[in-house]
Amino acid sequence: MRAEDIAEAIRIMETELPNDVESALVRCRNEEEGISREVLEAILENVRIAREGRVPMCQDTGSLVFFVRSNDRCGEIFRAIEDGVAMATEAVPLRPNIVDPFSRRNTGNNLGRGNPMIHVEPSPDGRVWIGILAKGAGSENVSAATMLDPDQSVAGIKEFAVQAVRKAGAKPCPPIVVGVGVGGSLDEAALLSKRALMRRIDEPSADAFVSRLEGELLREINSLGIGPMGFGGKNTALAVRIEAADCHTASLPVAVSIQCWALRRIFLEADGKDVRIRR
Amino acid sequence: MGKAYTLRGRIGEQEASKLQVGDVVYITGEIFTMRDQAHLKALETLRGGGRLPFDLEGGVIYHCGPLVKGGKVISAGPTTSMRMERSEGEIIARTGTRCIIGKGGMGAVTLGALARHCAVYAEYPGGAGALAARSVVRIKEVHWTELGDPEAVWVLQVEGFGPCFVTMDSHGRTLREPLKKGVL
Repeated sequence: MRAEDIAEAIRIMETELPNDVESALVRCRNEEEGISREVLEAILENVRIAREGRVPMCQDTGSLVFFVRSNDRCGEIFRAIEDGVAMATEAVPLRPNIVDPFSRRNTGNNLGRGNPMIHVEPSPDGRVWIGILAKGAGSENVSAATMLDPDQSVAGIKEFAVQAVRKAGAKPCPPIVVGVGVGGSLDEAALLSKRALMRRIDEPSADAFVSRLEGELLREINSLGIGPMGFGGKNTALAVRIEAADCHTASLPVAVSIQCWALRRIFLEADGKDVRIRR
Repeated sequence: MGKAYTLRGRIGEQEASKLQVGDVVYITGEIFTMRDQAHLKALETLRGGGRLPFDLEGGVIYHCGPLVKGGKVISAGPTTSMRMERSEGEIIARTGTRCIIGKGGMGAVTLGALARHCAVYAEYPGGAGALAARSVVRIKEVHWTELGDPEAVWVLQVEGFGPCFVTMDSHGRTLREPLKKGVL
């Protein structure tokens, strides 16, 4: 995996919306009316301009999150990712978004302490696999986590997720995708809620219980009526995606990562020197 | 749906006053990008008796941190306006800004300031940065670059910049009922 491969994947991710997301936006546009329909028309035109002009669809090119699966050479992969991010910042280009949290001084190249965020796990088949997510701040700022009591159970999980979306209102650029992480610990639940956003939104979960819960949550969220950009309507969310982990018998951690309509994700797969980009 | 207007140059009280919630405006002229840090710096300057290096009287503030490269605006959609709610009322009062453009709506303090100083708040479709950049003719000036690219004040010459939907007008009206319930 070379820095150039990472930079090219970032370019495609920032300029071309995944087809499952674009299809969902087209469906929403057809279902809405008035200002809600007009903003979706503008968004779809924006998606076309970005793809054809090879420019980032949103000026907030996000914080970059990397999900790596590899059994070795992690140091080499980390360097390729960091160099690739700096390269992409110049070439795509990306907006320099990363600042010191206290002084607010911008690092200028999207690198910094803890940035980009890289999460590593073993590879099941020995190949190197990298998923990338560009997470804008408008939606990240309304994401939320909580530690429920176990007796609050599934009803409590649903209530927390729906409340997070209700409180977010128009801020995260709806129609949104809602990633929910359940179980693990505070940090694990948050990470699961991010990983959930890497799943396609046109394929249900393989787990029948989770799949049903995703459907129920989506219906409840869409009954809020927030609508595209908060202008009211049937489509507040395009999808809900849930990822779960086992947890302590005394705990029920829940995290909700809210994602704007511009769900920018991409995957790289490397088998030896052969690197492929997958959507 | 409301009426469509093109606003050119500096906006007068009468012109702002005729805009109603639900109207669509297109801007041809100058807009000033200002977000979190520029709002803080502007207030600090004005409260200390200083003057801003740019003139907002009758002008348009755009809540935006543009993606700029090689002197060109590449992508320039709006940022979430509600983060500026703590500053905007005083900014409007002290500068005479006539129009605020952002996304997501604003709160009661801004709504009151819009009514007192005859100004409007309008929303550009969120995330539509590539579309917005097409309306930018050129960068006229840039101020406060020490704040970093996204937080600097970019004075942009725009042509037909829109659609911007008026969601808070100068008569105390808002498009979103939920504003009153504190949802936004």
